[in-house]
Amino acid sequence: MSETTAVSKESTAPREEAALVPPVDVIEDSGGITLYADLPGVPKDKLNLHVDSGTLTIEGELGLEMPEAMESTHAEVSLPRYRRTFTLSRELDADKVTAEFADGVLKLRIPKAEHALPRKIEISVA
Amino acid sequence: MIYRSLFPRDFLSELERLQNEVRQGFDISPSIRGFTRGGFPALNIGSTGKSVEIYAFAPGVDPASIDVQLEKGVLTVAGERKSALPPAEAKATTHIDERFAGRFRRVVTLPDDIDPSAVAARYRDGVLHISIQRRETTQPRRINIQ
Repeated sequence: MSETTAVSKESTAPREEAALVPPVDVIEDSGGITLYADLPGVPKDKLNLHVDSGTLTIEGELGLEMPEAMESTHAEVSLPRYRRTFTLSRELDADKVTAEFADGVLKLRIPKAEHALPRKIEISVA
Repeated sequence: MIYRSLFPRDFLSELERLQNEVRQGFDISPSIRGFTRGGFPALNIGSTGKSVEIYAFAPGVDPASIDVQLEKGVLTVAGERKSALPPAEAKATTHIDERFAGRFRRVVTLPDDIDPSAVAARYRDGVLHISIQRRETTQPRRINIQ
């Protein structure tokens, strides 16, 4: 699992709107990969997960309730959207991705394909 | 100033941010509380004629464990976020470790005209929204000319 570079992203996709890059944790164990992403302010219906030919895209749009007359005086989250793309390696089973989303944290579980699961090799004594 | 931004942006905006920072670095009288940009939780602050609105981006934090205090016009948001990373003895590898974990505390100075008794705080989708009303006496009034 590696992040695609900005250069290759631009060449394949049409011009995208600017977005913030959500911080992630990626943990691998023997059964697969678990990914956590921080997407605060994104309601469930505005979160978009996309797996396409070995590329995983996480996209979310902010849905904050703001009073109409509000004037922003200080903004650290300065764009209304998050986006991040990862390349999945072949041993991961992209069809069996499961996702949970609660309190602005996305948890993705990408299991390894059956044939890629680790096996203990029996040593026979002659 | 070396730190890791919570929400990095693309290269050009990074350059712009760097420029801003260099400019701020030469500022003769910076804020006494420093430039806490990049801290956790990220803060957005806005105001209307009637209220001051603060948005603290704290995903994955139990709302009951967040401590919000308002004292002498200074708002403090503190709490703790537990790490999602496996313990060292677990049979797992951490490939990317960017999310914040541990205790956090952020402090905001508020305008003088806020009403400390009219504060509302809500936690939704990982964002703590604090709304503080301004005192009525200080709200702008139109004066009729006779």
